[in-house]
Amino acid sequence: MTARIIDRTDRMADAYDLVVIGAGPAGLAAATEASRRGVKVIVIDENPAPGGQIYRSVTRGNPDAMPFLGPDYWSGKPLADAFLASASDYAPGATVWSLEPATAAAEGAPALARIGVSQAGAARIINATVVILATGAMERPMPVPGWTLPGVMTAGAAQIALKSAAIVPSGRVVLAGCGPLIYLLAAQLIEAGAEIAALLDTTDRRRYLPALPYLPDFMRSPYVAKGLSLLLKVRRAVKVVSGVETLRIEGEGTAQAVAFRTGNTERTIAADCVLLHQGVVPNVNLASAAGCAIAWNERQRAFQPVADAHGRSSLPGIYIAGDGAGIGGAKHAEVAGRLTAIAALADAGLGDTGVGELGPGGLDRRATAELERQRRRFLRGRAFLDTLYTPAPGFRAPRAPETIVCRCEEVRAGALREIVALGVPGPNQLKTFVRCGMGPCQGRMCALTVSEIMADERGVSPADIGIYRFRAPVKPVRLSEIAAMPHTPSAVLAVTGHAPEDGP
Amino acid sequence: MFRALREPDHPVAFSFDGRPLQAAQGQSLASALLAAGVRHFRTSTVSGEPRAPYCMMGVCFDCLVTVDGVQNRQSCLVEVRDGMVVESQHGARTLIAGDLR
Repeated sequence: MTARIIDRTDRMADAYDLVVIGAGPAGLAAATEASRRGVKVIVIDENPAPGGQIYRSVTRGNPDAMPFLGPDYWSGKPLADAFLASASDYAPGATVWSLEPATAAAEGAPALARIGVSQAGAARIINATVVILATGAMERPMPVPGWTLPGVMTAGAAQIALKSAAIVPSGRVVLAGCGPLIYLLAAQLIEAGAEIAALLDTTDRRRYLPALPYLPDFMRSPYVAKGLSLLLKVRRAVKVVSGVETLRIEGEGTAQAVAFRTGNTERTIAADCVLLHQGVVPNVNLASAAGCAIAWNERQRAFQPVADAHGRSSLPGIYIAGDGAGIGGAKHAEVAGRLTAIAALADAGLGDTGVGELGPGGLDRRATAELERQRRRFLRGRAFLDTLYTPAPGFRAPRAPETIVCRCEEVRAGALREIVALGVPGPNQLKTFVRCGMGPCQGRMCALTVSEIMADERGVSPADIGIYRFRAPVKPVRLSEIAAMPHTPSAVLAVTGHAPEDGP
Repeated sequence: MFRALREPDHPVAFSFDGRPLQAAQGQSLASALLAAGVRHFRTSTVSGEPRAPYCMMGVCFDCLVTVDGVQNRQSCLVEVRDGMVVESQHGARTLIAGDLR
């Protein structure tokens, strides 16, 4: 068996038992598990090959040519291969721009969710009994003065370029930020032959004490050995500056230098490429636009969709698996994908529930018990990392007024703070004053910062502020694509005021 | 700003603002442009400042370019293809008049 590759929307079925959005570890595992149980599945993904960002291009390269990506990266290949060998439909290079949850169905008809998708320049709506959102994570915005200059990217962006195109930054590379990924990228870049001028570590020393209670758990986690060897390797090869409290990227038309402060010392170093990183946060736009409840996670300092341990969102028929539901890492996402698929199929009464003993809710008890054990193992140690690497307040809610917060509309921290002081009720109202969050990225790059700034100004938690309410279409779709879609007679009447002459 | 670790096995030819460029098949247009030394992909719609890719994963929309006449394509999500005509974008987009089909 091999997955059926779909390259045009008219080759998709009208309806699927399960639509999985995202082909990272959670999505791949969910789809493989579900199609093994005999249900009709499609995976829709923006990228040209399976793997998500963490296993980006893993089916296209090989470890002999690119050993510098490390064994953890190449461990994603069996997962992607298993998916490509499954009975799923697979639509790469396709974008989901809307998700409408199932509403009370007409008599006799099953309740189906509706998914707006574009591929190869054509849009359509497909239906799903069950939807699993596996939309993963994005890097937490790191708004510092100069972060919009060409030559400034995220660490993840450089890693994607390395994985998918085997290109490395040239010239003087400066990494700045905190968290495990920045050290992983530094190690990979060193192995691949890049010249790293410095790693400016912004880890907040005030986090050591709150992280301490979680240290014993971390020491027993699967992450500790790898983490320590990475730190040692990078510190041997690269100048690491710890305790960096402020950053400013300088340059005319392109990044040329990074100015930073440690304690009372200000320094500037020359740079041709600056790679920023301060952790990852769930990608919540599609879940939010579908109407799923979104809540604040204090320990991870991010908003995430409300979901139970088996991925059930606040809406029936919509499930969320992997980092999109809260950050747990790639191995955790894979397990969560399988668990969520099993739960979703059991809830909907779909598919072969397997040979295991069925527990509450029709769950395959034998399969889920082992997965639950693995999930606990992969979550072990996360609390320590989350707590230690919570970015310092000044990197979450920038104080320098000239710092651009909304990259699209170039709205600066100073302007936002002034308007918040006027008594704006929330982030959604803030948009109408200054257009922050209203550019092409639709708030992805500024949402968290805007909530953090409002919380900072008011002296409350972002939990009390909330986050933008995202709206469909969550990705731009061309009007000509919408216009070319088939329309119901009532839709035509609503828009034109006339009943269509040639109704169906 | 970026360099390729190896010579492409299957090079494709494309152009950026009229300049002929080569890239490895299968890579994203954004990677291809970065590897070809392109630093400015567009200028911003508000201040006109130059921009280049920031996230490389479809989130930031800073890598927008015009591809074969279609505006606002996310170059990090488009695969580079032989004969592709790519143009940088300056400021806000204009409505294309005429037949939109």
